[in-house]
Parts: sequence; structure tokens; C-alpha cells
Amino acid sequence: MTNDFLVFDHVTKRFGAMTAVNDVSLTVKKGEFFSLLGPSGCGKTTLLRMLGGFERPDSGRIYLEGKDITDLPPNQRRVHTVFQNYALFPTMTIWDNIAFSLKLAKKDPEEIEERVDEILEMIQLSDQAWKYPNQLSGGQKQRVAIARALVDRPLVLLLDEPLAALDLKLRQHMLIELDTIHDQVGITFLYVTHDQGEAMSLSDRIAVINKGTIEQLDGPAKIYEAPANRFVASFIGDTNFFSGEIVSIEGDYCFIQCENFPQIQAFNDKNLKVGQKVDLSVRPEKMRVTPTPPLPEKGAGINVYPSKVNDIVYQGVYTRYWVTSSGCKIHTLRPHSRFLLDQEPITWNDDVFLWWHPDDGYMVEVKED
Amino acid sequence: MKKDNLNPLKSKKAEWVVTLPGFVWLALFFAIPAVIVLAFTFHGHTANGGVGDWSMSTWRELVDPDYPAIVWNTLRISFWVTLWSIVLALPCAYAIARMNSKWKNIVAGSIMLPFWTSFVVRVFAWKTMLHPDGWLQSCYITWLTVKNWMLAWIGLASHAPIDVASSTILDSEAAVVLVSVYSFIPFAIMPIYTAAEKFDFSLLEAARDLGASNFYAFRKIFIPGVKQGLISAILMVFIPAIGSYVIPQMLGGTDCVLIGNKIFMRAIQMRNIPHASALATLMAVSVLVPIGCAMWWKRRQNARDRKRLEAQTARLLVSRH
Ligand SMILES: Nc1ncnc2c1ncn2[C@@H]1O[C@H](COP(=O)(O)OP(=O)(O)OP(=O)(O)O)[C@@H](O)[C@H]1O
Ligand SMILES: [Mg+2]
Repeated sequence: MTNDFLVFDHVTKRFGAMTAVNDVSLTVKKGEFFSLLGPSGCGKTTLLRMLGGFERPDSGRIYLEGKDITDLPPNQRRVHTVFQNYALFPTMTIWDNIAFSLKLAKKDPEEIEERVDEILEMIQLSDQAWKYPNQLSGGQKQRVAIARALVDRPLVLLLDEPLAALDLKLRQHMLIELDTIHDQVGITFLYVTHDQGEAMSLSDRIAVINKGTIEQLDGPAKIYEAPANRFVASFIGDTNFFSGEIVSIEGDYCFIQCENFPQIQAFNDKNLKVGQKVDLSVRPEKMRVTPTPPLPEKGAGINVYPSKVNDIVYQGVYTRYWVTSSGCKIHTLRPHSRFLLDQEPITWNDDVFLWWHPDDGYMVEVKED
Repeated sequence: MKKDNLNPLKSKKAEWVVTLPGFVWLALFFAIPAVIVLAFTFHGHTANGGVGDWSMSTWRELVDPDYPAIVWNTLRISFWVTLWSIVLALPCAYAIARMNSKWKNIVAGSIMLPFWTSFVVRVFAWKTMLHPDGWLQSCYITWLTVKNWMLAWIGLASHAPIDVASSTILDSEAAVVLVSVYSFIPFAIMPIYTAAEKFDFSLLEAARDLGASNFYAFRKIFIPGVKQGLISAILMVFIPAIGSYVIPQMLGGTDCVLIGNKIFMRAIQMRNIPHASALATLMAVSVLVPIGCAMWWKRRQNARDRKRLEAQTARLLVSRH
């Protein structure tokens, strides 16, 4: 199949008693921007190092373009890595750093010159070519590292948290730049990060990894809106969980009874039956807090709960509210815009109404009894 | 107050205070003695071992047909000693630097272990080990055979059988090189190891990742990365090798007389201090002149490289507009 460009087939890697990567199977398409996202120590780097040839899997195979590359040494794989610390050669100029792989491939000097110049142009560092790596800024080093890995057109570019060492502004700038570079070169990118924002904004698809196993593999929107389980829902963005049991069903909607909490209405997209236990995830930005109850809507009713404001954290773009309702602590966001500024202000210990539309809750986990 | 003064080392006075002891030490024990040695060469000597009047007689005596050969021998043997020491020390230092910290300390420490035994005793022990009935002798014969065969193979010499009876490793140049390498190799390993400790080994992975073989990565990334250590190692071995006299004295026989032996002989046995001084000066000059040339050449090369790169940059910038 043409889609099976890069395949991990039941790959497992152990370090002593610890299983760093546990039976991972995934397929990356050609030209895709694919991200591995997960908390620290979940095995992302290990997965990448096995593809780079720096670790051997204990079991399972890795295929690239249909060829088994599991046992090939690193220099025989057309896969290049952008290391987290850049790993630029300090004894070589920028130009020589970039030309390294081309010289190794014994390309003729004219072609080397042409290609290095071309890529220097692309990363806009032509005027820095004769400098040494320690004379560059972090962002420039980053770009050189990417150029060095891209210049001989590998089949896959591996990026291991390439932006982790940069400050916020530069990181946002580099994100856009990475996206542009990916569009320009059309090479498959395998991107490792523990920053969900980076993964969401760049990737075609994301594999969410936890403790060495893939929890979900989907597009960014799907992962955010329809998390496969509790881990994914809580790792990607913030959320409020309600655990309970379905007590009644009305058309497309069901009612969930949680302990110490009034019934919640939710969209029953999974066709669950009365008596089944579920975890309902409601993202903070999908909830509202208002001093007055919302106007009744047509069709399904709205979930409305009287609450008390515990905490308010102003965060620039929005304000985060922590409220208590029937003993449950719930957090929600309110963006600042002209429209909302006109609303009545809310302060500590106010009695407010917390509400959300039943369609905005997502039932993430069905616990089998 | 100027900002510079906040840093005590930046103020002129403090700088003097800090560097003065070093200067005094160097002046007292290096610069002044060197000048004295040089001055002695322009004196004659007296019969009872003193330094005579100003004269050029010492330099005239130095026109001994043996000396160029001895200087050349010294340089050649020191070169081989340095080369072997570095070739062996490099992988050794690399391996130690890659060990986990427990082993690292044990191995690095044991490299210094031989220094707990007197140098002369150790060299004397080699005399026993190199005895014609020992296994090192048979190794030597094998080495000679292989060397002859290889030289013949690349066409540098005609193939001649080894005269086993007269080829003893004791009292040969090979013994001097072998034992010198043995004695000086810790001085080569230590600076390279210190540099390798600071070397970022992930660079080797990066090189491998970009398509380099292990050896290529070692050669192009590791060796330039420990260059400073390598330079100290070369100096740390080459300089004592040039001045060495105990090893050739005890193991070199009559074949292998080095400048150190000659200086020793002139100074102690013949009590001709000016002559010994002249030999020392001669040796120093014959080392410093090539090094000076090499440095000049390197400087010129660097300037050229820089010009080339700047030209390249200019070309790039032009092509962009
Ligand atoms: N060489 C090794 N020896 C022993 N354990 C290792 C080795 N490399 C990784 N591990 C372990 O394997 C697990 C996964 O490590 P890995 O580096 O892949 O995590 P990661 O997902 O990249 O984390 P991070 O986001 O912090 O970089 C960790 O628990 C780590 O301690
Ligand atoms: Mg990692």
C-alpha cells in the first residue's frame, strides 16, 4: 500500500525491568506532519531513537518504504534527526555543518555548494554562513539544525522537542516557520513534543502516548473534541470530569446521575443504555458562568447549576473561574471581548449560574461492569 | 565607580597581583636559566669543569660530524614515540570518557598507578622483560618480519630475511620507542581524557545520523573536538621525549644515542658545561624552528579559509539580490 510509508509494527523496548515502549504499532503517511505527544518519560524519545537507529527494539519491526530497517545502523537510514540540543558541530562553520551529509554522500562540489546555498537562503541565514555555531542565537541554531537535517532530502525528518529550549515568542515564530518549511520540502515530519499546543497547531495527525502505549491516534480536532479516554481528555487541554450512571434516555440525549450532583443531560452519541457507567468530560471554555440564569433554549434543555465563585484567575486572554456547585469544584473560562465586558462583573463568593449545552459534554469512557 | 572595577580581576592592580607570582616563577626558573644557558655557549671551558672566558670556541667545536645524525635520530625517535603514544592514547581516552562514572574513576586512577614506582626501577624492569630469551623478543622478530614484508610489498625496500641472531630488541631503537611510549603515555591520555570529558558525545550520534560511519565520526567530530587536549598531549610527550636520556642509556645500547645522552656525557662526564649548553640550544632551535614554521603556515591557512568563506558569503548575498 502506498500509504504504508513508515510502519512501526508491534514495537517494544525495555530498559531493564522498565518498559519504555510497549507494543506500539502505527503507520505514518508520506509527506505527513505526524506528532508524538505525551507526558515526560512516556517513551517518545525512545520511539524516535529506534527509528533513527540508536536503539534496537526488543521485539517488533520498523519498515520504511516497505523495507525492514530495524537492524540497519543509523548511517544507512534515510532518516535525519533534529536533536533537542541541536548538536551542531562546534568545530565547523554553519556552512560546513550543513554540507556535512552532502560531503558524506560524495556529491560533487558544485552540487553541494548549490544545495547548501539554497537551503541557507530558505532559512534566511545566508549572511551567517561563515560563523561558528556558538556565534548564533538559539533560534538561528535551531534553523541551522533543521537545514542540516533537511539538505540531503531524507525520507523522514525526526524532530525531538526542537522548540523546547526557545522562549515563548521565538517558539511561536518557529512554529510558523516549521510549518512553512514542511510545506516547502514535502518531507515527512515526525515531531516529538510534550506541548499539546505545538502538536495541535502543526500536525496532520497526533499519537497521544502514555507509559509507552498509544492512547489515541487521530487528527488534532478529533483528539481535542472526541478524546478516546480519560487520560487523553485530561492530557490535552483542561477539562472537568463527571462520573456517573445513565438513569434515563430521551431521544438523542441521556441523563447522567453523579454522586452528590444533580442530573446532567448529555448527547448520547455512543447509544448507551440505562444503567451504564460513564465519564463525562466538559471543557472549561464550553461552560458559562453568569449572574443570571440563561434564557431557555428550544429543543434540548440546558444544564444549569447554581454555584458559588471560589477563585478568579485573570490570564490576559481570558479569566479562569473556579466555582463550587453541590460540593463539586469546577473550572471554567470566560474570554474578554467587548460583548462580554457588557456583562455584569463577577467577583469572589458571588452566587452565579454555571451552565452548558448538553451537546458540549463528551462521554469519554464507558466503564464495563 | 566604573563598572569594570566591580570585577576585581578587571582592575589593573588586581591583575598584576594575581599574575605576578606566575611571572616571577617563570622568570626565575625558566627565562633566566635559558638566558644563562645561551650565554654559556659563548664561553670556553676550563680544565676543572668551570666556564671560561667569552669565546666562540664552543660553537666551533660543535661542528662535529656526528651531531646532525644525533639530532636527527632524536627528532625521529621522539616523533615515533609521540605518534604511537597519541594513537594509543586517543581510543583509550575516548573509552574512559564513555565509561560510567564508577569505572571512569577506577581506570583513570590506575593510569597514574605506575608513578608510585620509581621511574628508573620501571625502566630497569623492562631490561629483564626485553631479554633475548623473553617473549617480547619473539614479538620483535615477528614485527621485523611483517615490517620487512610490508616495505617490500609497497616497494620501499627489497625483501631481505631477518638476521635473528643479531636482531635483539634489547639495545635497539625499538626498545627505546617501546619503553618511551610506555613511560609517557599517561601524559598523553590525561589531557585527551580531560578534553573528552567535556566533549558532547551526542555530536557523534548526530554525525552517525547524518550518514557518517563510526570511524568517520570519530575522525571528523571527536578528534577536532578534543583538539586542545591533543595539542597538550603532543607537547607533554614530545618535549620529554626530546630530552630523554635514561631510557636510551639503559635500553638503547650503542646504536641509539640521543641528544640527551650527549648532553649528559658532556656535562657530567667531560665536565664541559658550555658544550652541553650549546647542544641543548641546538636541540631547542631544531624543535622550535619547525614549530614556528608550522604555526606561521597555519595562521596563513586560517586567514585564507576566512577569506574564502567571506567571499562565499558575499557571493551568496549577491545572488540573493
Ligand atoms: N538508556 C536508557 N537506559 C535506561 N532507561 C532509559 C534509557 N533511555 C530512556 N529510559 C527510560 O525510558 C523511559 C522513556 O524515556 P524517553 O526518553 O523515551 O521519554 P520521553 O517521552 O522522551 O520523555 P521526555 O519528554 O522527558 O523527553 C523513561 O522512563 C526513561 O527513564
Ligand atoms: Mg525525550
